[in-house]
Amino acid sequence: MGSSILIKNGHIIDPSQGIDGVGDILIEDGKIKEIKKIRSSEDKKKIKNEEILTSQPLNLLSPQLKIIDAAGLYVLPGLIDMHTHLREPGFEYKETIKTGTMAAVMGGFTALCCMPNTNPVNDNETVTEFILRRTYAEGACHVYPVGAITKGQTGEELAELGMMHDAGCVAFSDDGRPVMNGLIMRRALEYSRIFNVPIISHCEDLDLSESGVMNEGSLSTILGLKGIPSASEEVMVARDIILAGLTRGRLHIAHVSTAGSVELIRRAKNDGVDVTAETCPHYFSITEDAVKNYDTNAKVTPPLRTQRDVEAIKEGLRDGTIDVIATDHAPHHRDEKLQEFDRAPSGISGLETALGLSLRLVEEGILTISQLVEKMAINPARILGLNMATLKVGADADAVIMDINKEFKVESKKFASMGKNTPFDGWVLKGMPVLTICKGKVFDWMIDE
Amino acid sequence: MKDLVGIKELSKDVIELILNTALSFKDVLKRDIKKVPALRGKTVVNLFFEPSTRTRTSFELAEKRLSTDVLNFSVPTSSVVKGESLFDTVKTIEAYGVDYIVIRHSSSGVPHFIAGNVNASVINAGDGTNEHPTQALLDAFSIIEKKGSLDGLRIAIVGDILHSRVAKSNIYLLSMFGTNIRLIGPSTLIPDMRQYGVEVFYDMDEGLRDVDAIMMLRIQMERQGKGFFPSTQEYFKNWGLNMGRLKIAKRDAIVMHPGPMNRGVEIASDVADCPQSVILDQVTNGIAVRMAVMYLLSGIKDNG
Amino acid sequence: MPEMTKELLNKKDIERITSRIAHEIIEKNRGTENLCLVGIQRGGVHLAKRLSEKIRAVEHFDIPVGSLDIALYRDDLGIRKEHPAVRKTDIPWDITDKKIILVDDVLFTGRSIRAAMDALMDFGRPAQIQLAVLIDRGHRELPIRADYVGKNIPTSRLESIEVQLEEDGLEDKVLLQTKQ
Repeated sequence: MGSSILIKNGHIIDPSQGIDGVGDILIEDGKIKEIKKIRSSEDKKKIKNEEILTSQPLNLLSPQLKIIDAAGLYVLPGLIDMHTHLREPGFEYKETIKTGTMAAVMGGFTALCCMPNTNPVNDNETVTEFILRRTYAEGACHVYPVGAITKGQTGEELAELGMMHDAGCVAFSDDGRPVMNGLIMRRALEYSRIFNVPIISHCEDLDLSESGVMNEGSLSTILGLKGIPSASEEVMVARDIILAGLTRGRLHIAHVSTAGSVELIRRAKNDGVDVTAETCPHYFSITEDAVKNYDTNAKVTPPLRTQRDVEAIKEGLRDGTIDVIATDHAPHHRDEKLQEFDRAPSGISGLETALGLSLRLVEEGILTISQLVEKMAINPARILGLNMATLKVGADADAVIMDINKEFKVESKKFASMGKNTPFDGWVLKGMPVLTICKGKVFDWMIDE
Repeated sequence: MKDLVGIKELSKDVIELILNTALSFKDVLKRDIKKVPALRGKTVVNLFFEPSTRTRTSFELAEKRLSTDVLNFSVPTSSVVKGESLFDTVKTIEAYGVDYIVIRHSSSGVPHFIAGNVNASVINAGDGTNEHPTQALLDAFSIIEKKGSLDGLRIAIVGDILHSRVAKSNIYLLSMFGTNIRLIGPSTLIPDMRQYGVEVFYDMDEGLRDVDAIMMLRIQMERQGKGFFPSTQEYFKNWGLNMGRLKIAKRDAIVMHPGPMNRGVEIASDVADCPQSVILDQVTNGIAVRMAVMYLLSGIKDNG
Repeated sequence: MPEMTKELLNKKDIERITSRIAHEIIEKNRGTENLCLVGIQRGGVHLAKRLSEKIRAVEHFDIPVGSLDIALYRDDLGIRKEHPAVRKTDIPWDITDKKIILVDDVLFTGRSIRAAMDALMDFGRPAQIQLAVLIDRGHRELPIRADYVGKNIPTSRLESIEVQLEEDGLEDKVLLQTKQ
């Protein structure tokens, strides 16, 4: 082997080691070999670039050394998306493990959790093993499967959680569908304690949602589209929090979209319930107004809500109520979205815009970059029990280099994902990943430009 | 203007232009020869994904009286489930070289979707629970015909407002013309439309006091048993229009209904046939208004 | 580019011309029997009413006056960006077997008259259609000529003729405008 990579002069942010300053990182054989902090961020302002460049570099022995000049750029631990739909097996026309993991890498992610709503459903170890095998063969990043809570995701009978856990599932969820039966949810929360893995709950009361396709409110009335009330989500968030309290199971609330849910989770955390929560970039970046012209690319479950909800979600991220920013990357084929609004499937292709949209929170002063790394890497790793999201010596060399000053135009046609379904097409985002290193492999797409 | 997708998208000026133009077309309809050559050589397709005899017939007559060539394309939504996509259907129809597409669909927003994907002029003949703009235009025309203007009138809209595209289009239109709008019906069927300055009444007797016009809406039998109201009997008792209730309104109040009526459910038979009823005038005016709309939408392909 | 405007006819001229045409109509038709006037919207309608008054002053007989809008009969609907406004058509009598004097302000290509005749035919079968115009500016594109002409004014296609009438709140005059 002997392949080495030296990332020079990047601004390294690694909350796991409390690093926030300019330095060099040496990678050898896919592992972090050495990390050398040269200056803290305060010192950096006083010292000219030349001095940094001429300061003593790391000990370099490898003959095949690749040097990456990261001056002026940030170097972070690789991001972890704990909510992705890879679609394989069964829906390879929407996305495959190959294209989905490539999209992840382009978005700055080095690991993702794939949801079980494939065909067949990932409700048994065979499917789990299939996913891992395909990942080994074609995956660009780490993939951690999430197994189904119930057989066939029908919400009726527990799936073989233990066998799937043994095969590599890191969490369980019926995502895409809620577990409507409270007793089944109770059992899932109880049983998953054995493996100490979280139950990721898609909170939605299907009776209250009925056939809704957007947020319920005056806009849904005006557009003549059937609304999904906030209560549809909040009723289930409340139920699951109460069940988590009852069972002392580990509950993770997926894709929080409403102010009411944020408040319920905040109170539960204060009460000591073992609950964590995620939201997605679209829930803090845009509102229901995005569906005004019946744009099916803005059709998503749960639906885009109001400005009040957006503000509450930002506050939840700021105060720590919401632990994680996940993508809920849900690629669909163009033909599926090119339909009647009622018939078009829900979902946003989110991997390649997540970091850019989340950096807006840094710009707004809601999160520091360090906190952003916690929401997009450290916390997901902690919740899922993954020993990653760190640039410690000896760890897998998973890192992302981003430029927070450069402006990027979102162009869905250039996505690595097969899903071009995004309401952010044409947006100009300040700050994007420019290079990702996963398991020591460098993905440097900016060179092609 | 290329398309008519909804009243929401129209300005007051354009609505006035359509209503004034419709007056001329109403004169044409009184002649022995009711056909004019205005749109000779143009092709219209009536693309109905939802069954409708009345609206389709009204459009077809309007189209024929403007000398267009008419193509009827009826697709029951159920068969579309297995068949080609809406996008393909529309592209195919455009390839026939049509100038106008009159579209009715059970999904809201379909006219907008089509208008954005074809060069032909798109006319919304009712989409989901969104809008039915030509119905609102013909209703306004009918009211003006009897009352002189819309300004300052008190108009009650009674029934299932929530699911009614007719009610919505009427609310958007009337609110632009200084009309006092009252929505009457069960609380489960009245959405929050305060931003349009409407008053809401759950008590019909109270709501009908001193109104100049009563627009009855068709109650969809399917809503029964879904928790919106317990039974048609209870509905008629509380929100059906009978002769006794009609007396609460102004003496010269007019009674309107977009059809088809459920006699004995939302409207008593004697009310439907009484002198105050303008239900049949609405049918006639529908043709004139639709002719005006088609005439005013330029059929020029590259007109954006 | 400067626009040149020249006054061709004033109030007095128009008054004399309408008087003369009224007399010509009576003379040619040997009275007023079976006559009716139909003005083309809009200028023609005003002129038709004026002619009717002049004829009454001489013959003491009220000739019926109708108005005709030709928008729906035009042959350029598919070419124009905007469809022309549809104005009132009001011919409240049966035109069959009547002698119709069609009245317009300016005779140009003849296409308006063609449209007007088509429109009239939809109302019935007149015995005769005659044409009276205030100005004939030439450039005919159809084989149409006027029976009564107020004034022949040779023009170029770049010029335009504007007829202003009191009924529209303006001073009676006819203007020739030249665009450079």
